[in-house]
Amino acid sequence: MIPASFEYRRAGSVEEALGWLAEDPDSTKLLAGGHSLLPLMKLRLATPGVLVDVGRIPGLNYVRDDGDHVAIGALTRHRDLEVSDVARGHVPLLAHVAGQVGDPQVRHRGTIGGSLAHGDPASDLPAAVLALDGTMVVDGPRGRREVQAADFFRGFLETALAPDEMLTEVRVHKAPAGWGFQKFNRRAQDWAIVGVAAVVNGDARVALVNMGPTTLRARATEEALDAGANIADAAARAAEGLDPPSDLNGSAEYRRHLATVLVRRALEEATAARG
Amino acid sequence: MQVTVTVNGTTGSHDVETRMLLVHYLREVRGLTGTNVGCDTTSCGACTVLLNGESVKSCTMLAAQADGEEITTIEGMAAPDGTLHPIQEAFREHHGLQCGFCTPGMVMAIASFLKEHPDPTEAEVREGLEGNLCRCTGYHNIVQAALAVARAGELVS
Ligand SMILES: Cc1cc2nc3c(=O)[nH]c(=O)nc-3n(C[C@H](O)[C@H](O)[C@H](O)COP(=O)(O)OP(=O)(O)OC[C@H]3O[C@@H](n4cnc5c(N)ncnc54)[C@H](O)[C@@H]3O)c2cc1C
Ligand code: FES
Ligand code: FES
Repeated sequence: MIPASFEYRRAGSVEEALGWLAEDPDSTKLLAGGHSLLPLMKLRLATPGVLVDVGRIPGLNYVRDDGDHVAIGALTRHRDLEVSDVARGHVPLLAHVAGQVGDPQVRHRGTIGGSLAHGDPASDLPAAVLALDGTMVVDGPRGRREVQAADFFRGFLETALAPDEMLTEVRVHKAPAGWGFQKFNRRAQDWAIVGVAAVVNGDARVALVNMGPTTLRARATEEALDAGANIADAAARAAEGLDPPSDLNGSAEYRRHLATVLVRRALEEATAARG
Repeated sequence: MQVTVTVNGTTGSHDVETRMLLVHYLREVRGLTGTNVGCDTTSCGACTVLLNGESVKSCTMLAAQADGEEITTIEGMAAPDGTLHPIQEAFREHHGLQCGFCTPGMVMAIASFLKEHPDPTEAEVREGLEGNLCRCTGYHNIVQAALAVARAGELVS
């Protein structure tokens, strides 16, 4: 399968990439690791006229200890995040989840920025960043802005990014303990049928993979926990108000059931890890 | 567009279409047909090559993205005099292949994996090869071959 023709430009800096994006934002796409975009282009589900390759912009592949939070450059590859000492020490959830994405070859190419910007409800890293209450740093022709993860994921493959903007950094609060992650699939290398990222540090944040059009919080579970419910009772409400998809991997009903089981396990993991 | 890629130590410059995939560049432009296309959808790993020493699926990369980079394919593994690479030798010794279609990708994936995990457990080898499918062997002998290379400590350049 061969993508439709396009013009290819390799950006040397964020400024250069933004300049090219601004020329024709609607038919220009940024190319980071290419592990979501190129498969879509090969299937001709995406046919951008111009590809701006940001994959080699220097200085955007880092995992940095910034005091109370950890900053991750948008071009950080899944593999680099998985083995980063800073991530493992201060946000082990993120390092762990990066190591659960696809397979080693995918992790050598895919980037956290691409994963978040793509906005796929089946992706793992968006759920981790949402559970960690992360902040996206976005650069564009109108300057720099910061978007909370809770406001970033808008709908199916839709985020708060405008077509002329680029995600350059992700910031997450340190959470060395009190986390859990559950990913249920039936074949090695597959995407989650349902996944759960949970962070329990005083308050609880529970984010769901593949339980709706975008990455979502299990609000009913969170409210139950805040009100003092035990884990089993709170987890039983995990699918409340949600409308998960039915596909070859499972019906909506099956996903609702999985969500309750996996949320319970993730919360048990999070509270056990907290000790 | 013009791309300059070092493949198995030999640098070449070619004019290619921007949409040309790396695997087609290797097979059709460089004439290196050891790298196979199985699924063409990033699933099977038959097209695995090393990009600057790390395993990648060459059906999911543009030749343009390899411009200026170093690629190693299965043809670059044996020594110039034909002596098999230790991983290839272990596949022969442990009967790690039947039809051989997945083998080039398996060998490249193992080369990258062993660099990252010089002393793996069997479970780690199996997880490390989750991006490579084999329709023939049942994986057992492939895993044994990878473990044998690790145990012999004959690491992988
Ligand atoms: C076989 C396979 C299995 C996979 N399994 C999983 C899995 O189990 N879990 C999982 O979470 N993911 C999985 N993935 C997806 C993988 O994580 C991708 O790497 C990721 O979704 C996209 O990152 P990328 O860098 O490759 O982005 P690209 O494909 O380069 O880009 C994706 C989209 O984001 C845009 N974009 C990229 N970077 C930026 C930026 N900095 N700012 C603004 N827009 C940007 C692009 O324009 C494009 O629209 C899998 C992929 C494959 C091929
Ligand atoms: S041909 Fe590339 S992964 Fe199957
Ligand atoms: S030996 Fe035939 S596919 Fe692996």
